[in-house]
Formats: sequence, C-alpha cells, structure tokens
Amino acid sequence: MRVATETKTAAERLVQRKHLLGLEEMTKEEILLILDTAKSFKEIFTRSVKKVPTLRGKTVVNLFFENSTRTRTSFEIAAKRLSADVVNFSVSTSSVTKGETLLDTARTIEAMGADFIVMRHGTSGAPWFLSRRNRAAVINAGDGTHEHPTQGLLDAYTILEHKKRFEGLKVVILGDISHSRVARSNIWALTKLGAQVTICGPRTLIPSSFADYGVRVSYDLKEAISDADVINLLRIQLERQQRNLFPSIREYRLLYQINEQRLAMAKPDVLIMHPGPINRGVEISQEVADGPHSVILEQVTNGVAVRMAVLYLLAGSRGLDEAEED
Amino acid sequence: MSESRLLLDAEGIEKTIRRIVEELASFVGKPDGVVVIGIRSHGVTLAERIHKMFALEYEWDLPLGILDTTMYRDDLAQLERQPPIRSTQLDFDVTDRLVVLVDDVISTGRTARCALDAIMDFGRPRAIRLVALVDRGLRELPIQPNITGIAVDTTHEQRVQVCLRESDSEDGVWLHPTPDSPSR
Repeated sequence: MRVATETKTAAERLVQRKHLLGLEEMTKEEILLILDTAKSFKEIFTRSVKKVPTLRGKTVVNLFFENSTRTRTSFEIAAKRLSADVVNFSVSTSSVTKGETLLDTARTIEAMGADFIVMRHGTSGAPWFLSRRNRAAVINAGDGTHEHPTQGLLDAYTILEHKKRFEGLKVVILGDISHSRVARSNIWALTKLGAQVTICGPRTLIPSSFADYGVRVSYDLKEAISDADVINLLRIQLERQQRNLFPSIREYRLLYQINEQRLAMAKPDVLIMHPGPINRGVEISQEVADGPHSVILEQVTNGVAVRMAVLYLLAGSRGLDEAEED
Repeated sequence: MSESRLLLDAEGIEKTIRRIVEELASFVGKPDGVVVIGIRSHGVTLAERIHKMFALEYEWDLPLGILDTTMYRDDLAQLERQPPIRSTQLDFDVTDRLVVLVDDVISTGRTARCALDAIMDFGRPRAIRLVALVDRGLRELPIQPNITGIAVDTTHEQRVQVCLRESDSEDGVWLHPTPDSPSR
C-alpha cells in the first residue's frame, strides 16, 4: 500500500515537471518510476510487432546541435515504437549555420507543432533556457559537460536488471570525469538510489568539486576496482588529448585501461559498462569489451526502453498555457 | 438514495466461474492450442481461477498470460496524468492459438478493443473468445463477450465493484449507487 502511494506521488510530480532536464533535480521515486515503466516497454521488443499506438499523433523533434548518432537514433527508435512522428533537425543542415539564435530555432519548431523537443547542445544549461520559453516538453539529450539524464537512467536500469538492487552497491565511474555529462548524471542517479559511487581517473580529469557530490574519489585503479560490483567506463575523448590533460594515450592505457589482467582484480561478477562509442584498446581492451562481463550492447537496448518510458510519462503533461518570458 | 446491492457473493462467484469454465470447455471442445489471457488487473485473478479450474476438473494444463492494455488506450491524449504501465507476460506464441481473453467487467468495450489490438501485435491467433464475469451494459463499441457470468443493466452514475479475495478482503460483486460510494 505504502509503495503504491509513493509511486503515485512520484507519477504526479513527474507529470507536473513537464520536462526531463537533469537527474540532479529528480527524486529517487521519480527515477524508480521511470525504470519501472521502462521494464514494461522493454517487453515490447520481444513481440512480433515492436510498436504500440501509445503516442500516436504526437510529434518528436530531435534538435541536435552536436553530432550524435547513437543517442539520436535511440530516441528516434523509441519514439517510432510508440507511434509518434519523428523529425530530425540537425545543426549542420539547418539555418543555425546561417546565424539563427537558439530561441528562434526553438520557436520555429514550436510553431510547427512539436510536442517534444529532444535537445543536445554544447552549452551546459541550454535545455533549461529552452524549456522556459517553449510549450513543448524538452528532453535533455546531453548539454555541455553538465547532464545526460537518459544515459544516467539507462545505466541505472542496466545495473538494476543485473544486480537487482542499488542499496550498498559499489559502482566505479572511471575515466575523464571532468568533461563527462554521463558521469554527472550517473552520480546523481546512483547516489539517490543508494549506491556507493567511486570516481577514478587521472587527477587532471577529476575536478576537486566532485568530493561534494557524495562520492569517493580515488586515483588508484587497483584500489578502486577491488570491491566494485560495477565499473562504468567513460570514453577517453581523444579529441581533447591535444589539451595535454594527461601525458599520453599510452600512459593512460598503462594506468587505467580495463583489460583482462585488471578485470581479475575485481569481483568475479563485476559488470563492465560503457556509454559508447568505445575506443577499443584505449580505455577498454578488446577482450573485455567483448567478454562475458560486458553489458555494453544491453545498455544500448535498454536505452530505447528508458527513452520510451520518458516520452510516455512526459506525454501526459499539458504544455505551458503561455510560454514564460524573462 | 438507494443502497449498494450485492450482485454475487463468494458462492455466487464460485458457481459463476464454474459455469463459465463448463461453457468454455464445451465451446472449445479440446485443450489443444487453447491459452488463457487475463486483462489487468482483476481479469488476471479471474483468468488464474479459470486456469486452475480447468486443471482440476478437466486436467487441462493451459498456458496462462497477463495483458496490460494501458499502452493501447484511446484516451491517453486526453488524460493529464499518464496511468502507470505494468508488465505484460505472454510467454507463449499466440499465433494459431485459441485465446480465451478474460476480464472482470465489460462496459464500454474499449478495454476489450485495446486487448484485441494488443494480442494481434503478438501474433495471429486462430480465434479469440472474450469472457467477462459481469456485463454492465453501456457499450460504446460493437464488442460482445462470448461468455458472460452475469448481465446487469446499470447507469453511468452507478459503480460495479468486483472484489476478489486474492487482492481484496473477500469475494463479492457489488453495485453501488454512485461512482464515489464507499467500497465494501
């Protein structure tokens, strides 16, 4: 009975929310409601017709100011499996290159009747800006180095599916923490859900402020992974290597790559996760990426289910009667 | 003000389910290819009882499934709050099967329509037979159950409440005078 009441409250709160901007502002109950709903949507993938009429007549616009194939495609498949119409609006082909502002682009899309705007933007906070000036439900698909909420949710979903719990679970997030919105969303979700999160990587890639997030910081890989239930690897962004944040790819590989030898130091049932795209031979070795501990492809599948759940739960919200102006 | 009326007591429900199972058995003839699917939530409990009675009385061990029809509702765009979606569990292929679809109450026929569409998305059954414990009328779609427990004429103001001991304190089917009348 108590559980049912809590779920209802979470549902009401989520509906009032209208947008999915970040996990920092969400409660544990709301996150659990999304994960629970995702489970029901994942079941659709096993049917002969992998499509339900739930969002028929709704329009989802993918508004991506940064390149992303996997996240955009995942949202597109999620929306299509719910029978929504999907339009991809990508920056390189749009009028943004002709000097249009974010606000004008958003208003144009709104005028076309979009119910959802799935947005990726290089500037942290851009989806918040948009959500206050737009009737459509805004879903953050990654903003700068700030948040990537659906990735945090799908990672939590994957962990729950395998480990059946969060309480007391030891999760290591390894790699370039400072540039990673995935790390931030993971930390918000997992700490709220009761997991013990350790962040690990070279000192230059871990901002000192992260100690305030309720996580443990470690620079010693061996120590960090020895009792881990889950190791979530982040992509080493090779393009940032020009800024000399660590001496060389070779050194990173020597100190932090998860390979079979390092895997042997962890628990026998440790889960290896990665948001992709992976750099084989850099942060993860070939054998581990394709090995039995890796759930990297499951994460991709779960991402579709989680995004379906988010679209469904936000669809019940009414748009703002009038978009607010500052 | 009229009072709440008991339409079926525990014994009445038991007898009605027994009659439904007898009718189903003579209707479908033999167990080959027959599956029972309950519509959430009370349809599932009824489907379980029907399944159990087939096993006990006829030694028919029929596959049992659970269907949540929320994703197929035609009023989702009108609702301010999205209803929770619970799991659908069909661990068998419905293609070429004879599906016995079970719900506790049939009224507008919209839930049955959702269920028919949902089952079709799983495959192409040989046939679907609809069973309802209570038919309260007020149909909005041209859908009729093949087998009905009891039929009762009701108005929109009235509420039919099916209590089953698996989830409620006791068995009983009630007709309440208003939609918000206190539950038994």
